[in-house]
Amino acid sequence: MSSTGEKFLVGIFDDEDILLHGVEGIREKGVKIHEVYTPFPVHGLDEVLGYKRSRLPIAAFLFGLTGTSLALTMQIWMLGFDWPMIIGGKNFVSLPPFIPVTFELTVLLSALGMVATFFIVSDMKPYKTPRTYDIRSTDDKHVMAIDLAANKLSKDEIGQILKANGASEVNEKNF
Amino acid sequence: MAADEQYIFKPEAKRKISILFGVGILLFVLGVIMAMNSGGHHEGAEHGSIEAAKTLVASTDPEASATEEGGHHGSPVWLKRIYTSLWHNNIFFTGIGIIGLFFVAIQYAAQAGWSAPIKRIPLAMGQWIPIAGVLMLIIWFVAKGDLFHWTHHDLYDPASADYDKILDQKSVYFFWLGSKGGFPTFYILRMVAFFSLWYWFYTLIKKQMLAEDLEGGTQHWYSARKLSAVFLIIFAVSSSVAAWDWVMSIDPHWFSTMFGWYVFASWWVTGLATITLIVVNLKDAGYLKMVNANHLHDLGKFVFAFSVFWTYIWFSQFMLIYYANIPEETVYFIERLKHSPYSWIFYANLILNFVLPFLLLMTRDAKRHMAMLKVVCPIIIVGHWFDFYNMITPGIMQYNGGIGLLEIGLACIFFALFLWVSLSALSKMPLVAKNHPMMGESLNHHI
Repeated sequence: MSSTGEKFLVGIFDDEDILLHGVEGIREKGVKIHEVYTPFPVHGLDEVLGYKRSRLPIAAFLFGLTGTSLALTMQIWMLGFDWPMIIGGKNFVSLPPFIPVTFELTVLLSALGMVATFFIVSDMKPYKTPRTYDIRSTDDKHVMAIDLAANKLSKDEIGQILKANGASEVNEKNF
Repeated sequence: MAADEQYIFKPEAKRKISILFGVGILLFVLGVIMAMNSGGHHEGAEHGSIEAAKTLVASTDPEASATEEGGHHGSPVWLKRIYTSLWHNNIFFTGIGIIGLFFVAIQYAAQAGWSAPIKRIPLAMGQWIPIAGVLMLIIWFVAKGDLFHWTHHDLYDPASADYDKILDQKSVYFFWLGSKGGFPTFYILRMVAFFSLWYWFYTLIKKQMLAEDLEGGTQHWYSARKLSAVFLIIFAVSSSVAAWDWVMSIDPHWFSTMFGWYVFASWWVTGLATITLIVVNLKDAGYLKMVNANHLHDLGKFVFAFSVFWTYIWFSQFMLIYYANIPEETVYFIERLKHSPYSWIFYANLILNFVLPFLLLMTRDAKRHMAMLKVVCPIIIVGHWFDFYNMITPGIMQYNGGIGLLEIGLACIFFALFLWVSLSALSKMPLVAKNHPMMGESLNHHI
């Protein structure tokens, strides 16, 4: 793997309560946390990290709206203009039978659109090598990554802050 | 853990409800006077459209047309309107009452913890069940001839000109144990049995919940859960049959296999909106301190989800009938689509009960804030009142149906009575369960 020159400081936490309080303490000191990796979902972590709410629902709504209009346009054009057919004595353009298809396409596009948006935003593309800050984050440790370039404080200062806030180890990781 | 809270039914709230009741009476009396004065004129003017309707039905369903108007003139239009509206409002508020118990039972059966501090509100709503039952029986006996076409005995007499073969074949469902066209023993037995069972389970579950306050422990929770599970099975059957009996049998020739679900869905979402509205208003008045945005969010999700569920059932019923285009079935919707006020209510129903709740409650913030819930819940309650109006009125009033001060007045009267009964029931028990085993979970509820 070619080096990107990014330097990270990695704090290891043994317990999620220590982690939650640690995150608060570390952010109070003005340290910018890049990301925290945990082996299981830790309740309230996204709040103490100060994450903004995801805008994924907005994307879902817009994709859904696209699906609705696409389905209606398609059916009205096909059955009303391109190839009108009498089905069950109904009008060529009759709304009720179009609703199930419209519903399905709305759900389909919003679901697929959400997945695609999520993958793109999270930069999850095929053949991408995931960054592993510490392999133990898949086992029993909570791992906090701090991007040194994004922080004004020095490496040693941040290391001390991490230790003071409950990190059991502080390592360096370069990519 | 949880602070002791006790709801006090303050004189101010009592005064407000009394005013609502008084306004209801006033509107009702005005409405009756107006209906009495316009009655004769109405009948004459509408005669043409009745004839047109008969031709319409005749062209599609010869057997139905022979009997639909067959000689039964019944009470004058204004009195029929009162009966219809009484029946309509009683069905609607019966639903809200029984949904109170249903909600509590669902919480136990699902072992839900989040709802622990609000369960007393639906429980108090259930206090309406016995009153609704008594009203239902009284209204039925007073107004059966006007409300239910199938009660006329000459429909079942092959020698009569009004003989109705279809109803004759269905007669066992009403008259079993008795004679055809006589006293509908089976029907009345069902009505009494349902209300008795519902009220019985209501008292049993309530007893467990209140005993838990005093004694603590988990045994009352487990007993309530067992009772809830049994009640849910009974309710699954009885709510469906009740819907056929009390609502669908108004149009005795017509049937829909979706109907039990449809009535249940309408009751359920109305009940959820009522629970949410009471919770929000109690919170505004300074009660329910432990209820926070997370609990409101759950209630909001319930209201949102079941608005969509109701729409799904509504559409499934409509679409199948529309598509199959069988005259015996489509006549139901033609009645409702072609004539005012049913036609505008038909569309208003969809806007009030689907479009508005769907768009207004879609975002997370809308469900978490009381301001939006205070807007959407009344819309849903009013919307489903109209929904039941359109289920019940067209079949009884045919083309003489109206919606005016009479109907609105009676709705106010019922609403005031319902609120009085539920709130006084609520004031007679601790507002928040004292020893609920899941209270801690609910306090830390976070979504």
